[in-house]
This record gives sequence, C-alpha cells and structure tokens, in this order.
Amino acid sequence: MDGSGIRQALCMMNERGSGEGAGYVAYGIYPDYRDCYALHVFFDNVRENKGIVDATLTQWGTIEHDEAIPTYDRPNLRAVHTPWRYFFKPDPSLAPASTSPEDDIVSALVMRINAARRGALIFSSGKDLGVFKAGGWPEDVADFYRIEDYEGYIWLAHNRYPTNTPGWWGGAHPFNLLGWSVVHNGEITSYGTNRRYIESFGYTCTMFTDTEVVAYLVDLLVRRHGLEIDIAVRALAPPFWEEIDRMPGPEREWNSALRLAYAPAMMNGPFAIVAANRDMMVGFTDRGKLRPMVAGECGDRLYISSEEAAIRAMEPRVESIWMPAAGEPVIGRVAP
Amino acid sequence: MTIGSLPPRYRIGIDPVRCMECGRCIENCSYGVFSRDGDKIQVNSRNCTACHRCIACCPRDAISLEEHPCDYRSHPLWTREAREAIYNQARTGRIILAGMGNALDYPVIFDRLVLDACQVTNPSLDPLREPIELLTHLGKKPARLDLRRREGGNVELRTALTPNLRIETPIMIGHMSYGAISLNAQVAMARAAEETGTYMGTGEGGLHSAIYPYQDRMIVQVASGRFGVNIDYLERGAAIEIKIGQGAKPGIGGHLPGEKVCADISRTRMIPEGSDAISPAPHHDIYSIEDLAQLVRGLKEATEWKKPVFVKIAAVHNVAAIAAGIARSPADAVVVDGFRGGTGAAPTVFRDHVGIPIEAAVSSVDKKLRDQGIRNEVSVIASGGIRGSADVAKAIALGADAVYIGTAALAAMGCRVCGNCYRGLCPWGIATQRPDLVARLNPDEASEQVANLIRAWTLELAELLGAAGINSIESLRGNRDRLRGYMLDESLMEVLDVRGVGA
Repeated sequence: MDGSGIRQALCMMNERGSGEGAGYVAYGIYPDYRDCYALHVFFDNVRENKGIVDATLTQWGTIEHDEAIPTYDRPNLRAVHTPWRYFFKPDPSLAPASTSPEDDIVSALVMRINAARRGALIFSSGKDLGVFKAGGWPEDVADFYRIEDYEGYIWLAHNRYPTNTPGWWGGAHPFNLLGWSVVHNGEITSYGTNRRYIESFGYTCTMFTDTEVVAYLVDLLVRRHGLEIDIAVRALAPPFWEEIDRMPGPEREWNSALRLAYAPAMMNGPFAIVAANRDMMVGFTDRGKLRPMVAGECGDRLYISSEEAAIRAMEPRVESIWMPAAGEPVIGRVAP
Repeated sequence: MTIGSLPPRYRIGIDPVRCMECGRCIENCSYGVFSRDGDKIQVNSRNCTACHRCIACCPRDAISLEEHPCDYRSHPLWTREAREAIYNQARTGRIILAGMGNALDYPVIFDRLVLDACQVTNPSLDPLREPIELLTHLGKKPARLDLRRREGGNVELRTALTPNLRIETPIMIGHMSYGAISLNAQVAMARAAEETGTYMGTGEGGLHSAIYPYQDRMIVQVASGRFGVNIDYLERGAAIEIKIGQGAKPGIGGHLPGEKVCADISRTRMIPEGSDAISPAPHHDIYSIEDLAQLVRGLKEATEWKKPVFVKIAAVHNVAAIAAGIARSPADAVVVDGFRGGTGAAPTVFRDHVGIPIEAAVSSVDKKLRDQGIRNEVSVIASGGIRGSADVAKAIALGADAVYIGTAALAAMGCRVCGNCYRGLCPWGIATQRPDLVARLNPDEASEQVANLIRAWTLELAELLGAAGINSIESLRGNRDRLRGYMLDESLMEVLDVRGVGA
C-alpha cells in the first residue's frame, strides 16, 4: 500500500483535528536498509545540532547512511524543523550484559538524545519503518513528505487536536520506540501514575504528552517482559475485578495476577489506541469505551479507525464493519 | 507562694434559667467537674478537659464551655503552653505526658493540596452509573509474570503469588490496643471493619477472646514488648504487623500503667495483673535491618508463609531509606505513621517535636521505592492525621496504597479529641478500663457509626475518582499530576513532586 489511501482516510476526519499536528507511520518502507535502525530526527538547525547526534551514534555503532528526509514545501505548513534520517547499526559488543544489546543501545540513545534537548529529537527508531509527522493538517503533512512515494504493509495515521501541550512537531502522533508505534485518541487520566512507573524502568518522558507513555508501556510489557500482545493489552485495559471474580479458577488466577503486577501500568481515562510493530497491528479502547473505535475487514486487510467513514474512504468494498467491545483488543497479524 | 494557681484552662457555666437540676452532668463527668450542693449544682472548672460529655447529655443545653477564660499576657514566643509546661515541670521535675496527636500549630500540608477534576477534554465518570473500583490489595507483588500460552489458547500462570490482603476500600482502622482503649471500643471497630470489608489492627494488646469472631479482619501486632504474642495469636490474625515505631512518639516505647492492667487485660497481654506493661524503645532482637528481615521471615515461617507481614515505622527524616530497606525484606507492606498520629499517652516533647508530616513521608517513600524499581512490589500504608476522604485521596495520590485511621474512628464513637486518654477516665467509654465508663459505649451503636464513617468516606472517594475521570484506585496511586500545591513553598513542592495551582 502506498500512503495515498490513508491520507485520504485521515482527511475524512478533519473535524477531529485542529491543523496543529498530523502524522503517519509505515512499515516495510526501507527494504534496502532492512537490518539498520532507521532513526528519524527533527533538527532545529542542521548545522548546529547534527554534529552531536553524529558523534553519539558513531560512538555506539556505525551510521550506514544518512540524509535529509525529502520534503516539499507546502503553503500551509511552516517547516520549523529539518527532518533527517539515519540508518544505524549499533555495536552489540558495547552492551555485553544485555540479552537484546542492539535494542537496548538504540532505546537508551533515543532517551538520552531526546532528554538532552540539544535541538535534536529522535521520533522514530525502528527497523524498516518510518514516522512522518509535522504540525499541520493531515493532507499538508502527507504532501510535505509525499507519503504516496512510500510503499508499506502497515500504516497508522493520526490527526491531532492538541489540548495538553501545544501543537509542536514532536507532540504529533504516531509515537514510536524501536518496533512499536502508537496513535492515540484520548486523555490518560492515570498519566502521572503511568509515567512514574515507566520512568522507574529507565524510560524518560520527553514529549510532554500522555501518548508517549503508551509506546513505552507497550515496549516494556511486550519486548522487555515478554508478554503476548493480547495479554499486554489486558494489563493496560484490564477487566473489572467483578468480572475477574466471576472467571473460572486458572483464568481468574492469571487475570488477577496481571492486575496486581501491572496496576501502575493500567491506563485510565478515555482512549482509543492503535499500536503496531513489524508483525501486527492492535487496536483497543479503555474499558468503558469512552472513545470511538471501529474495525473493518476486506480480504486480508484489517482497518481500525475512529470513524467508519474513514475506513470506507480507503476501502469502499469493505466486507465487514464492527464495533469492538470496551477494552477488547482487535489484533491483525501479518501473514508469514 | 512561688507559682500558685495557674489560670483555668476551661470555664464551665450553667445557665440557671435553663438548668433543671437533673444531675446528668454530675453522673456523666468522670473528671469531677460537677457536684450537688443542696439543690444547686456546683462547678469546678479546673477539672474540666473539654470532653463535652456534659454538654452532650444535658437535656436543656444549659451548659456552656469557654476555652482560656483567663488570658496570659500575650506573647508570640512565650505561649501559654510553653509557660505552663515550665510551671508544671518546675513543680514536678518530670516528663510531661499528653494524649492524641501533635498539638503544635504546624501547617497542615493536606490543606494546601487541591485535587483535580475533569472538564471537556476527558469526561468525568458518574459513580452511580459506572463502576469505580476501590478494591485494594495489600502485599508483595511480582515485578513481572511468567505467563505461558498452552495449546488451545489457555494461559498458564507460572509465577507464584504471595497472599495479599484484599480490602474493599483503601481505608483501614489502625492499631489501638485493648488497654489503651476499652474492649467495647475494640469490638465496635472490629465489627465495623468486618461490615465494611476492611481490616483493623489489634495494637500491642493481644487479642481478646471477644474479638475472635472478627479475627479474619484483624491485623495482629508484634511490638517490642511482645505482649499477647504466641502462635495462637499469630494464626488467628489475617495479617501480622511488626511495630517498630509510632508517629506520635518516634524512637521511644510505650507504657501501660499497672493500675490499668486488670484481670482481663493481664490475660490478653499475658502479663501479671497490676504490673506495668512496658514496651521498650527498640525491639531487643532488632538492632539492624537484617535483624528485622529475620523477624519478618521468622513470623512468616511460623505462619507457613500464609499471612502478609507489615512493618510499621514512624515518619522520621530518613524514612525513605528505611522503607526501602524494609521493602527488600520479605515484608509485604510498609506502614508509615506521620507525626500527627495519635496515641493514648506520649511525652509531649515527642508528640509535638519528633518526626515529619505524613504527606512528605509518603511522597519520599514512594519516590525512593520507584527510584529503586520496587514500588509496586510492596504496599505503602499511610497513617497519622487522616481526617476525611479528601486526606485519603491526597495520601493515595502522593503514593500510598491505603491509609489507617485512628482518631477519626474514635471520634465516630463519640470521642471529642480532648487529649486526656492517658488518664483512663474517658467519659465516652473509649480510652478507659473502668467498668462503669466502658459500659457507656454500646458496641452495636458504635460499630454502626464507625461503619457509617468508612462507608461515607468510601462514597466520597468514588465521587472524587469519578470526577477525576479515574475508574480504579490504582490509577490515582502516586498520580501527583492530579494534585496541585496551594501556598506551598518550592522545596516542599519538590519533595511532594507536585506543581503549584495554575501550573
């Protein structure tokens, strides 16, 4: 799929945005650098800020290639940052104690460079994927990057109506860390609890927005703690105790263990979230379903959206459309 | 004459027009303020403690009470209390005793923190229509889980869980011993704990057989005197609490005078009748953190690892590091008792001057445990000066899992916080062992009132959570983003990790 379809779908929902932020992520767009971490960076000023990123990356591995991400001026979009991309291979021998040295090095570098606030922000750090976001309306952001030039097998997109933080480029969705990308509609009332929990595992929240913790929580639960995605979703939006108490023995046992162990990871408040990695896409809402989420299928494709109109704009021949229950994940896996 | 009479603290007046000389005040005042003189009622205001018993039972509202009817020359440094303590000690050469909690005029941090509510960007929740979960689990929790998917899709839990206490509301009743309070008071609170799905502490007074019916709701205490402790006692309780210190008197032990040790108390505490029950300042088998860990393990071993073990410490300057040490033992929860915590009797100098406020203590304990990555593995219980559901919500937002209440539960049974608990003459039948006074407290009525109080706070908590768009208590825990400091100084806001109002 090239990016034109999702651009069209996202523009259907412009009344859900305010023109201050939009973004896209696509998986499978860098086949030539499949084994490299594709780091997308916003530079405030390439001349001033790039040196430090180059130096840090070289210290921890090899930059196979780097270049400015091609952009095309749009009258309604003021380019306040220069988007850049690095194809980076970390040196695993530098993190000998780790069981996943490459991921650990890259996630630590992302945290460190972003927290330092030296005019460089890494907003995308996975392999063979890329986030494209900016402050503006969805169509302007899409045209700024010409996302129709990219061919991917999973796409996520988001149109922002910022409330908590101003519409800055880093605050636009999707949020990404390593393989996981997240788009989110909602406001997480448990943010303070979630942020303090996730920070105790070495993550640093730098984007001034609640969605960031979702990406880190998914990374922690799935990558570092090894939970399967549906179980991770269950930890983030768990069943009520009343339901758990009614479950049969072993099911009750693991469900209550999950709530106890991951109480601070549980997300509260209204949300609909779609997360993706190279193998799957998963959508889920808060357990009261205070934000809309619709899913649709057509052939081997899965669509998840806030509105049915967006799905139909992208796929007029959609075969089934349904409203998933509160807290119930919709998971689409990439066929091997 | 050197010092002479001090001005009376209170003045009791009887309105002669309203008074019908029924004599209820005479019968009810255990401090001897009232006496009959022919057909008149005589008043000796000097005996008054402002316990309000006379006012509560006067059918004609004829009694008035005035505090400090006679002033000293006002002085900001040489307060009335400072001067009177000197007169008292000049006469006696002794340590001054006091009851209830800290009586100095420190700012109350809770009252300088405000809670949040939702508007527009996220919906507030209506507890009448949507579930709001207050269910809380106290005890050790695994840092991560080993969950395996079996063939057929079933999930298997391979991590062994430690038993937790499950409370319907994050409000428990703290440790007040039989001896410090009457058996009727204890029975009433135990029954209330059972009715409201929560737990209550025994204090270091043993477990009287009258409490056995509620033993599943009791947390049995092991303190430095080891009073009442044997295997039967440990096995009866739902959980065990090792008391290291108390917020009202950090660093010192306790003392129940021999005159209070009646036959029943002697049996329950397992000490001779009439002997002083002295709890030493330290546990004589705990001189370091590893000794404590050994005791925790020993108690767990004795009860076959079936019962959670809590450790209670007073909130002192280094409370966070101490709590982190406790968290690394097999202990399930750390109880932090702030400097406003109540007591039956404590030296005034300790009650008023030693320790730190619970708000700061809980914040720093929560932060320290998070910094070490073990916050969710252990529970934190806050106590000491919790006056209402707002304090509960704020304590939880600052990082507590649950709270203990003490004075509030006593007040629900009539206590007027007069602070004379150590004298054993409590006219409300609470802090006394005199049979005629104890009989005044009807456990049926009192338990209903304590249960009502817990229910009312629970309802209010659900409303506060709903307004904040939170449907489960764990999402409030440590969520300092939902608090703002109002007129707090910057260094304290840093400790509390809250921003100021408007920020």
